[in-house]
Amino acid sequence: MMASSYNAKDEDGHISVSGPGGGALRSKKPENTAFKQQRLPAWQPILTAGTVLPAFFIIGLIFIPIGIGLYVTSNNIKEFEIDYTGVDMSSPCFNCSQNFSWNSTRPCTCTIPFYLEQSYENNVFMYYGLSNFYQNHRRYVKSRDDSQLNGDVNSLQYPSKECEPYAYHDNKPIAPCGAIANSMFNDTLELFYHPNGTKVPVPLTATGIAWWADKHVKFRNPGENQNLTAVFQGTSKPVNWRRPVYELDYDPLNNGFINEDFIVWMRTAALPTFRKLYRIINKKDNMVPTLQRGNYTLEVVYNFPVRSFEGRKRMILSTISWMGGKNPFLGIAYITVGSVCFFLGVVLLLIHHKYGNRNNSADISN
Amino acid sequence: MLWSSLPGRLKTEKWMNVQVGDIIKLENDQFVTADLLLLSSSEPLNLVYVETAELDGETNLKVKQALTVTGEMGDNIDTLAPFNGEVRCEPPNNRLDKFKGTLTLDGQVYALDNDKVLLRGCTLRNTEWCFGLVIFGGPDTKLMQNSGKTTFKRTSIDHLMNVLVLCIFGFLVSMCTFMAVANSLWETSDGEVFTAFLPREDGINAPLSSFLSFWSYVIVLNTVVPISLYVSVEIIRLGNSFFIDWDRKMYYPKSDTPAQARTTTLNEELGQIKYIFSDKTGTLTQNIMTFNKCSINGKCYGELFDFSGHRVEITEKTEKVDFSWNRLADLKFSFHDHSLVETVREGNAAAQAFFRLLALCHTVMPEEKKEGELNYQAQSPDEGALVTAARNFGFVFRSRTPETITVVEMDKQVVYELLAVLDFNNVRKRMSVIVRSPEGKLTLYCKGADTIIYERLDPSCNKLMNVTTGHLNEYAGDGLRTLVLAYKDLDEDYMEDWKKRHYEACIAMDDREERLDELYEEIEKDLQLLGATAVEDKLQDGVPQTIEQLAKADIKIWVLTGDKQETAENIGYSCNMLREEMKGIFIVNANTAEGVKEELENARRTMCPDSPVEPNVIRSRAGLFWTQKTVNVPDEKVDGDYGLVINGHSLAFALEKNLQLELLRTACMCQTVICCRVTPLQKAQVVQLVKKYKQAVTLAIGDGANDVSMIKAAHIGVGISGQEGMQAVLSSDFSFAQFRYLQRLLLVHGRWSYLRMCKFLRYFFYKNFTFTLVHFWYAFFCGFSAQTVYDEWFITLYNLIYTALPILGMGIFDQDVNDRWSFQYPQLYSPGQLNLYFSKKAFVRCVMHSCYSSLILFFIPWAAIQDTVRDDGKDIADYQSFALLAQTCLLVVVNIQICLDTHYWTAVNQFFVWGSLAAYFAVTFTMYSNGMFFIFTSSFPFIGTARNSLSQPNMWLTIFLTALLCTLPVVAFRFILIQLRPTINDKVRSKFRKEVLPAAKPRRPPMRRISTRSGYAFSHSQGYGDLVTSKRFLLTRPLKSRPILFVKTDSALAENRPQHYRTIREEQEEVHRGP
Repeated sequence: MMASSYNAKDEDGHISVSGPGGGALRSKKPENTAFKQQRLPAWQPILTAGTVLPAFFIIGLIFIPIGIGLYVTSNNIKEFEIDYTGVDMSSPCFNCSQNFSWNSTRPCTCTIPFYLEQSYENNVFMYYGLSNFYQNHRRYVKSRDDSQLNGDVNSLQYPSKECEPYAYHDNKPIAPCGAIANSMFNDTLELFYHPNGTKVPVPLTATGIAWWADKHVKFRNPGENQNLTAVFQGTSKPVNWRRPVYELDYDPLNNGFINEDFIVWMRTAALPTFRKLYRIINKKDNMVPTLQRGNYTLEVVYNFPVRSFEGRKRMILSTISWMGGKNPFLGIAYITVGSVCFFLGVVLLLIHHKYGNRNNSADISN
Repeated sequence: MLWSSLPGRLKTEKWMNVQVGDIIKLENDQFVTADLLLLSSSEPLNLVYVETAELDGETNLKVKQALTVTGEMGDNIDTLAPFNGEVRCEPPNNRLDKFKGTLTLDGQVYALDNDKVLLRGCTLRNTEWCFGLVIFGGPDTKLMQNSGKTTFKRTSIDHLMNVLVLCIFGFLVSMCTFMAVANSLWETSDGEVFTAFLPREDGINAPLSSFLSFWSYVIVLNTVVPISLYVSVEIIRLGNSFFIDWDRKMYYPKSDTPAQARTTTLNEELGQIKYIFSDKTGTLTQNIMTFNKCSINGKCYGELFDFSGHRVEITEKTEKVDFSWNRLADLKFSFHDHSLVETVREGNAAAQAFFRLLALCHTVMPEEKKEGELNYQAQSPDEGALVTAARNFGFVFRSRTPETITVVEMDKQVVYELLAVLDFNNVRKRMSVIVRSPEGKLTLYCKGADTIIYERLDPSCNKLMNVTTGHLNEYAGDGLRTLVLAYKDLDEDYMEDWKKRHYEACIAMDDREERLDELYEEIEKDLQLLGATAVEDKLQDGVPQTIEQLAKADIKIWVLTGDKQETAENIGYSCNMLREEMKGIFIVNANTAEGVKEELENARRTMCPDSPVEPNVIRSRAGLFWTQKTVNVPDEKVDGDYGLVINGHSLAFALEKNLQLELLRTACMCQTVICCRVTPLQKAQVVQLVKKYKQAVTLAIGDGANDVSMIKAAHIGVGISGQEGMQAVLSSDFSFAQFRYLQRLLLVHGRWSYLRMCKFLRYFFYKNFTFTLVHFWYAFFCGFSAQTVYDEWFITLYNLIYTALPILGMGIFDQDVNDRWSFQYPQLYSPGQLNLYFSKKAFVRCVMHSCYSSLILFFIPWAAIQDTVRDDGKDIADYQSFALLAQTCLLVVVNIQICLDTHYWTAVNQFFVWGSLAAYFAVTFTMYSNGMFFIFTSSFPFIGTARNSLSQPNMWLTIFLTALLCTLPVVAFRFILIQLRPTINDKVRSKFRKEVLPAAKPRRPPMRRISTRSGYAFSHSQGYGDLVTSKRFLLTRPLKSRPILFVKTDSALAENRPQHYRTIREEQEEVHRGP
């Protein structure tokens, strides 16, 4: 090879060059910044046995206790569920479920007895559950007018086109408009306790069941503190409703658009099977359980038709914990994932012992 | 700019305005504008010297001579302007060495040949001015005819992306069709009975609804089609191009030229190069010849040894010999061995004879504009180097007339009588002069190829011959170009007789050549050996190291040069492409198709005796709609290294349809391929051949106009900038000043660009598919109604804000190992050549990964949210909370995924990743706030969702669980791969972590290699002997005396001289593009 004066070191970028005429006179030499020379300081993590294996074991060790905790918490929640759809001939609501019409004047009532095996401490929450009800259908979800629900007077008179075909009825705007509002759950559920053959109604609280933001921000009645009846003058009630929106409750703070049953319904469910909070049974004093062990009856004013689409209606009584209602899924998932992690860690450790050293010591063939 | 002389006077005109029939005046060192018929020149005999390095890579000056009849016009505008003749010639073609035509002038017909034509791309040298008539202009010029078509270059990843996007479209349509069918089923079974709650719009039944659902899903799922992909890809390429522009290690301080990415769309292909086609002159070499070593009377000079007797490497810092004692010395000449000067000055007879020979035996023309300022006009740089060496060692060639040569020998002027010049040609491979010294001694001085001279030596110098052979072998081993020098004292009587016979032969009508050859043969024998010279064709810095590195990266380098075979071979040896240890070097030199075929087949048989006769051709289809047919000739395995040298005329046959596969197979078996004497078009054809049958990415690198066609033909063209002539740079995709920067361009920038682009694409497809497929799963739970899982704002901002920057950060900053390690392990380059990082397979893997992630991302939140309520009993299983949960999970997962993919965590990457997450939460909380709801009630219906659901522990537990479930399998899989089948990257990365970079080995002086091949190479051509002895040359000289000419050119016209070359180059480009 020829005696060449080339030396790789000269190309390291720190040879000083003086442009023509000395000094750095408009030299085209690129700037020596870490960014331009791609020498930005950087952290270069790689997957080594030293980081991956402990990570797997630690994740395993953390997940399993969390999972057990979640599972136990979920299991400690007491839940009672009763299906009152009335599919079976033997079911007390069978008759009501058969003869259905949205606008029947005579409400059909059925009574379902049940027995609580455990007493329920603390506040008990009463939910109604629907199955096979597509509250998440695209056309259903968008069939509402948030401006109208927020008390916009203009939208009250001229509901959004999204509400079609429930925007106008008899040339009068519908308030609240849209398919969601129109199909509002309108069964009335009442609970009675039967200690020693007597019938004691269980006090149900109808407020405090909607989100604070919904109740105070998203939903507002039109007109500032006016008489609701006057405000809604000139509007029509939703087609399927029996009463207009301003007659949903006697309490002015729970009437009209800010009726909490209405608000809860308007928060559409993500999945076709869902439950919605209906009433709260508040704990009265510390000595007596909220719901004692014993016989109860559920009295249903059966209005809401679900048989036509093979839907189901349920009533659920449940206590809650710090992680909400009963859902064992998270607990089980955490336990499973933790165990799998631990197991994978062992497998990876074995693989690393058997093959890893061999490959790491092997030099890179040139 | 140039002077066009119509009508009647000279005016400066742009190149683009030159038309056929114009008469053009060119001045010294200007580029020839168009193909010109030479009319007249400032030089005696209407000669013009041109340099054709831009055209064919040859460095010697060539002579063109005008017809006497036109030459008489001189620079007289009054006669030139009305010049009225008719030129008939062949149509425009691409043969650089042929021209046929006639000039009809006043009824007389004159034959025109290649000697009378100046081709575009040449440079005028040593000629004050000349006039020419434009024969071919613009695209008709031979240079342009050779330059090949400009094609729009796209990278293979671009093509693949097009195919993939098409596949994705198909995938989208099939998903939507599935959805439409499912929707119609749902509408007939469930939707029909659900109409009580959700009435259908008027006139919409199940089939129509399914049709509408198809289009709704096209809208919902269109995010699989990566529209923003193309924008991001271009941004990343642009960024990587800027890094090339900014690289200080590709900046050449001597000419103040930084590297330049002239095309910003080809970066990642730089990481996939399999074949490099390189020009020689100006690319591998500097185009400078230096007198490096010599052997005089059995003693070798020119090497330095330290005290222990080891060879010392000569660098720029080595002390130079002081030539100040010689007032005529050329100051640019440098030599490092002091002993030679001492020897010469001591009066060593052999050394003096050696340099006297060098001062006498040549065809160089001296030019002495000022007393003592000598300038040599050498026809070849080798000769210039030798005469300059003699000059500096005290034997200054001062001037010549046809009959005398004046030499200043050690400050003493001596005039030799020149009796004969026995000219050089390619068969004789030697030249001699016969001179009579002032003392009356007759001597023949001869220099030539060692093999030729050795046959003609007197037996008495056998011993010296053996010693000199040893030196010659060393020089050849070093890749130096050698010549052997010998002399012979002649007898007066014999000379008298020989001269007579020589004269007879010269005027003989037939067999003149043969008779002259015989006479030369007769007198050039029984020579006395003087020694040998070794001239270095200076390689550019670092060329052998670069070639070695690139070879380690499994890149094949072919040298395509217009130069002679010997010179090309010589360079092959000096830059380590051809090596003595090679098992064989095949030279294909045949002049017939059969001969070429036989030679190629023989070569193949030798390398691989059991290779099949018929090539193994794999045909397949590729491209958009699979319309392109591709042919692939797989590599064949060969033991050992071989080299192939193929000559231009053989290459012409080999490139014919029936032989090209044979050529390709044989050439690809060889480690090194050198094609010499090739035309620009052949260069392009070779590149296209490899492109077509190897399906490999090719790169062509060159500096001159003759390389333009190959630069355009290759996937990537690289121009060497910072030298005269911009043709190559203008048509190139990347340019820099030195060949050695190629390794940085490929092994660092190319590799990183490819890596970044592939990682980017893989991640991009992953994130979009994951995003979209969640909608697909949700469809099963919402009656296939095209309900989206996420908030529409999230859908809008996902690609735009939430995930745009981290991926760009990775695409611009990521590197697996830094540049020094990339150089340390050139093998890191090979995954790119094999297309490992991104292919259809990788894409499918990517989609499967997305499927898995999207399943997790949908079903874990789905299961977690079922019947879930808040810790105050209010339900959060509503659609809005679910949407928020799903989109938060998605964003966390794709961000973790990019963390896993990023290898190089700069502060910017950190900022982008954390910033994106922070931006997501900030934007989400803002959009879901009361204020936004009051302002745009219907646009932000998600009010309160973030507050209500993200305050719940089980939401966060769900997010954590999905993130882990998406990440863990990836980590485990990658870890297992590293353990079981580590890639070269994994190995280097783990080494990089554990060890510091091994210090660069101290560069030992290269090992001495002894070669038995002849190191002879001499870029000289015939015809100059006649010229310097021409009587007319003597007669015409006083007629056109230079001082007068100088006055003329320094007049008004000279003031209009172009200031610099830049304008010319820019105009050249316009001519390229112009009609």
